[in-house]
This record gives sequence, C-alpha cells and structure tokens, in this order.
Amino acid sequence: MAEYRTHVLVCAGAGCVSSNCKAVEAALQDELEQVGLAEEVKVVETGCIGTCDLGPVMVVYPEGVFYQKLTPDDAREIVNEHFLKGRIVRRLLYKAPQSEELVERAEDMDFFRRQYRIALRNTGVINPEVIEEYIARDGYAALGKVLSEMSQEQVIDEIKKSCLRGRGGAGFPTGLKWEFTYKAPGEEKYVVCNADEGDPGAFMDRSILEGDPHTLIEAMAIAGYAVGARQGFVYVRAEYPLAVERLSMALEQARSYGLLGENIFGTDFSFDIGIRVGAGAFVCGEETALLTSIEGKRGEPRPRPPFPAVKGVFGKPTLLSNVETYANICPIILHGADWFLGIGTEKSKGTKVFAIAGDINNTGLVEVPMGTTLREIVFEIGGGIPHGKRFKAAQTGGPSGGCLTTEHLDIHVDYESLKQVGSMMGSGGLIVMDEDTCMVDIARFFLDFTRDESCGKCTPCRIGTTRMLEILTRITEGKGEEGDIEKLEALAHAIKAGSLCGLGQSAPNPVLSTLHYFRDEYEAHIREKRCPAGHCIALLKFVVDPELCRGCGLCTKVCPVGAISGKRREPHQIDTDLCTKCGACQEKCPFDAISRH
Amino acid sequence: MEAATRGCQCHALRAQDERYKRLGEIIAQYAGQPGALIPVLHHAQEVFGYLPHDVQVLVAEGLDVPLSEVDGVITFYSLFTSEPRGKYKIGICLGTACYVKGAAAVLEELKKQVGVDIGKTSADGLFTLEVTRCVGACGLAPVMTIGDDVYGRLTPEDVAGILDKYIQAEKNGKA
Repeated sequence: MAEYRTHVLVCAGAGCVSSNCKAVEAALQDELEQVGLAEEVKVVETGCIGTCDLGPVMVVYPEGVFYQKLTPDDAREIVNEHFLKGRIVRRLLYKAPQSEELVERAEDMDFFRRQYRIALRNTGVINPEVIEEYIARDGYAALGKVLSEMSQEQVIDEIKKSCLRGRGGAGFPTGLKWEFTYKAPGEEKYVVCNADEGDPGAFMDRSILEGDPHTLIEAMAIAGYAVGARQGFVYVRAEYPLAVERLSMALEQARSYGLLGENIFGTDFSFDIGIRVGAGAFVCGEETALLTSIEGKRGEPRPRPPFPAVKGVFGKPTLLSNVETYANICPIILHGADWFLGIGTEKSKGTKVFAIAGDINNTGLVEVPMGTTLREIVFEIGGGIPHGKRFKAAQTGGPSGGCLTTEHLDIHVDYESLKQVGSMMGSGGLIVMDEDTCMVDIARFFLDFTRDESCGKCTPCRIGTTRMLEILTRITEGKGEEGDIEKLEALAHAIKAGSLCGLGQSAPNPVLSTLHYFRDEYEAHIREKRCPAGHCIALLKFVVDPELCRGCGLCTKVCPVGAISGKRREPHQIDTDLCTKCGACQEKCPFDAISRH
Repeated sequence: MEAATRGCQCHALRAQDERYKRLGEIIAQYAGQPGALIPVLHHAQEVFGYLPHDVQVLVAEGLDVPLSEVDGVITFYSLFTSEPRGKYKIGICLGTACYVKGAAAVLEELKKQVGVDIGKTSADGLFTLEVTRCVGACGLAPVMTIGDDVYGRLTPEDVAGILDKYIQAEKNGKA
C-alpha cells in the first residue's frame, strides 16, 4: 500500500456538492499529477464536514489546515504554494466572524473545537464509498463483539444501561424499545430505520447516511441480533438521492464482505437490509405512518397501542429508531455504557447533533454534549448573528416545536429543559432568527407547512390547522380582529386534544409558543395594524424623511405606480393609497431618506 | 377494469412503445412482494415522467391491487403526479432556513418570470414550478433546483438570468 505524506479531505456532503466541490477536487487531482505529487498527496472525498455555508471546503492533514469557499482556479495555488513550498495559502483560510482573525487549522476554529463527535465520528473523516476506511476506524468491530461474546439479553442490557434516548424527537429510552421488541411474541420480526428526515432545517440524518452509511448498517445488524430479526428496512426520503445512492453502495459492499446476508461471521445469525424510498409526505416520519407506507399504502397514522414493538410492519413486532440513534450504538457497544453515561446531563446522556441554519454566521452541522448552552451553540460555535443584527429567537423541534428567546440563552439544552420552556428537542433542527423576523409570520409559515402535510385522517387536524392558518394570514395582512388570539388558542387546544398522531398533536405548538413569548407582536398586528419587525408587507408604510430628502427625483422614476411626487430639490411625498409597497424607492434612494415602518 | 384495456387500440400502440415494455418488466420484478406498490410507482414515473390513467390500470392489474388504492396512493404522496410535467422541474425550497432567508420573494419572482402558479407548467412545456420541502442544503439558503442543478444564495434578481440559460439552451438545441 502506498504511503502518502499528505491527505486532503474534500467535503462531498450535499451542501458542498451543490457548490461544485467535484470540480475543485478534479482540478486539484489534475494539478497534483502535473507536478508529480499524485503519489505523495492523497485526495479523499468525505461526507459532510459540517461547515455547509463555507463550501466547497477541504482539510489538509497532517497539519489540519482548513481551506474554504474554494473554486477550481484555487487548485494550482494550493498545490504550488502549500504542497510544493509548504506555505499556507492565507487568502483561502477561514476568518473568525467576531475577531476577524484568520484561523489556520480546523481544530482551532470555534466551530470544531467545542464539538464532541460520537454519531458523526466518521462523517467528514472517511470516504463513505470505501468500506475499508470504515473498517479501519473500528468498523464492524462492534458487530463482531456482539456476535462472538454477547447474548441477546446482554446487548439489550448494555443499551438500556447507557440510557440512550431516541434522537428523532420524543426521546424514548432506546433500550426499552429493544427489550419490548425482543420480548414480543412472534417468529418474524423487523428492524426499521426512520430516515424520513422531514423537519425543515434538519439535515443530520442525511449527513450520516451520506457520510457514514456503514455505521447505520452495522447498528441495525446489532439491533437485529438483539431483538431476533433477520430483515431490516431503511425508509429514506426521496428528496435525498445521494443518501440513497451511498447507502445502496454500502449495502452491496457489506453483503460482498459477508457482513450482511446468511450466517454473518460464521454464526447462526442472518440479516439483510432493504431500502424503501418515500414519496414526499412529511407525515411518514411519524412512526405508524412510516410503517403503513413501507407496506405500500397511503401513509396514514394508526392508533397506538398496539405499539410497533408489538405490531409493526406487516403486523409483526418491529424495532423502529432514527438514523442518529443507530449511529450511537456501535460506540456504546465498543466503549461500554459507563463511558456513554459520563457524557451529557443527568437525564439526557451522550451528545446531540444540531443543524444550525437561518440568520447565523456558521451554518452547518455540529455535535455537542447534552447540556451545552444555547448561547454556546449560537454565539461560539455558530459565530453569532450576521450583519451586526440582534438575536431574537431560535426555533427547535421544527414545525412541532417552539421558540427559544434571549431569556433562554443560558439554559442547558437537553430533552427536559427544552420541554420545560415549551419547545422540544425534536430531531435537532435549530433555526436562528434575527431582529428582522416577524414571529407572527413564522407561526403562519409553520402552520402553512403542517396544514399542507396533514394527512387528513383526523378532522381537528385537517380543518383546525386550515382555520388557524386563515386567522394567522389575516393577521399578517392587517385584517386581524379582536378575539383572534383567543380563537387561535381555543383551536390550538382542540387540535392537540383531538388528533391521533404527533403531527396533529404538535402542529399548534409554534403558535402557542410565539403567543407565549411574543404576544405583544400579535397585538401590534391586530390592534395597531403594525408589524414591529418591519416584515409584513401589508402593514408597512413607506415614508420620506423631509430632513434627508434632497429632491433628486430618482424615486419618482423607479416607482412603478407613480405614487411619489414632489418638486425638484424639495422633499418628496409618498401617496400611501397608491403605494404598492414594492420597496423599489427605498433601494434606489441615494440619501437613505426613505424608510419603512 | 378489463374494458379499459380491451376494446380499444391501445394494445397495438403499446406493443411498439418501449416504455410499456419496461413497465411490464418492472411489474414482473415486484409482483407478489409485499409493499411493492410505492417502489413500482417510483419506477413507472421515472419511465413515463408521470402516471397517466392507463399506467395506473396496468400497475393495478399487475400487482393485483384495486385501482382505487393505486389512485389513493398517487394522490396521497406529493412526488407522484398524474399530469405531465414540464421539461425542467423548478423546485424552490420553502424550508424554514430558506424561508427565513427570503425564499418567498424568490418564489414571487419565479411566478412572474415563468408566468404560472405553483404546481403548474408553462405554456411552452419548458418549466413546471414546484415548491419543495427542505432539500437539506440550508447552508446555501435560499435554494432552488432546476432538474438536477442546484442554485443557492438566491436573490429575486438572479431568477431571470438563471431561467434564460435554459431557454437559450432550448433554442440553440432546436436551431
């Protein structure tokens, strides 16, 4: 095997693929060959490194130098300067958003320094398409240990002892699920992975599938052994074609190595995994709807009990967990439950992966110990809010969750603390919003989502979310009435009480949560017909500041409806009856004399 | 169901059509397997671009499920469509990150430029405008996809130029 002096990890996560990392990689390979370094410098395509808005990115080892926002034209300079002369290309380094200092090494970036990677231990480090790289990092050692040294009960006890909880949202103890499925009567059992990651803004499961598919396969095989199943299914959304491709490739490799199929490691245990691709229905992320969808039917939820552990796919006992939960299994088996118990808070052990997005400097994927504060996540790892704006709120739990405000910046994020303040962990999407975000409009946005995705089975959810959306739309259009807030609250409680599945039961949460923390914004919309964030177009008024206006007349030329008038060199006026609030005048004004209120 | 497939000239026409041959192979591959309907519809839509009535009938007969169930599944899942789509599918992401970053304004501009509402196809059959759920490229928000191409960090001003690339390519292709 050739020995390389330098390894270059090029991120090929979905974000970087979209920003054309393949062309950068090809250019780099070309340049290396031209200068005769192809035998000394190895280029490795990895899964998501996590810094999605800096893409395409690469990390050069052994130094650990992190280059960002690359184009194919940068390849020559990197090869000539860094690989030939040993000089770091400073213009491609990352600049810390607050100190504005250049950071040379990945491990010195706040974004990476504060992370603790268990589920993402291989993502962004190995080439996901090469099984040997996974094996080289203890891959399939946990499966080997389980099959050769442990009984089914011992495996379940170890998972129970670790206090691992489901990372898909509700936080149910994983070990208990394994035990219920193991104990459920029946010959035929199934192990299912929920990879129908539908919460907008959450993409950790995608990154694991794309960046480390074997960790999922190995964990599902361990689960299959523990509960007594010989068939697994991964239900993955159709919106993730790269994940489907890499997972299919990994499954083929595992089969050809005898790590899936008949008599694994020469034991009596046989197990295989099939992929089921979703077809664009958010509700299928709900566990009973997902099982119905695997059966090839409309993905409508079923009442529980019976729980999937007793009656799941095709009516058989089924263990169902999400991707991130499975990604924790192999390290727990290898390092032991006690090691895992040493990380996190009293009731929430281990780490959690968060997808930080929205109004934040470092968009991306981070894994931190449970109990890390929101302030650390947003301001230290996330690098704070761009353009010098103020932090207003962060939404966790997606359309089922709620918002956290400035008063929550110091809470230690875990399952319990988030629930206490009216939000939830959810799958780990964390959308940061700055001062320009209207909370009424955000609530309307989430209701629009849940109304659209309601499967229609339960009337309170189907019709209730429609009514709530109508009221919220009315409020943001300046047609809110006294009593609207009370109507929203009454509907919210009825929907929560009268819906069968998690989608309906949690659909009103964004409204209740924003009403709780930002009631004054609702009232301003309804009573004063004013949007405090200056976001809701219908409520905006454009005005000319006579002090600043020089009467240049540029605004009268760009106004598409002729709403601005005034004499040359004298302050102009806007006719609010004619104004369509397009904002063209404000953009054009060279003196910043036009403002919106 | 039988009347729909007998009686008419469809059989003769279909026999010459590669697509129907392919559909037959797909159905044969999955027939008898539990939960086969959704994978078969995925493949069928890849072959035909959409799921017209006669394809639905063939799938129902081939898998031995009621036509009502086939139709029920197609109407339930947003990725299945029984109407033909444009040559390029424009998907503007309205996930939370994209929304917070101004995707709504980009959508309005798209509606204006393409001249159709959400879910509709332009008169020239070139574009179908669709709203997608989070595509997971939140770092590039707001994002849209046209076919397999991804465009990130969009502003409404970018829209016309991007669409023009496809319009010009189409014109040049025909010339």
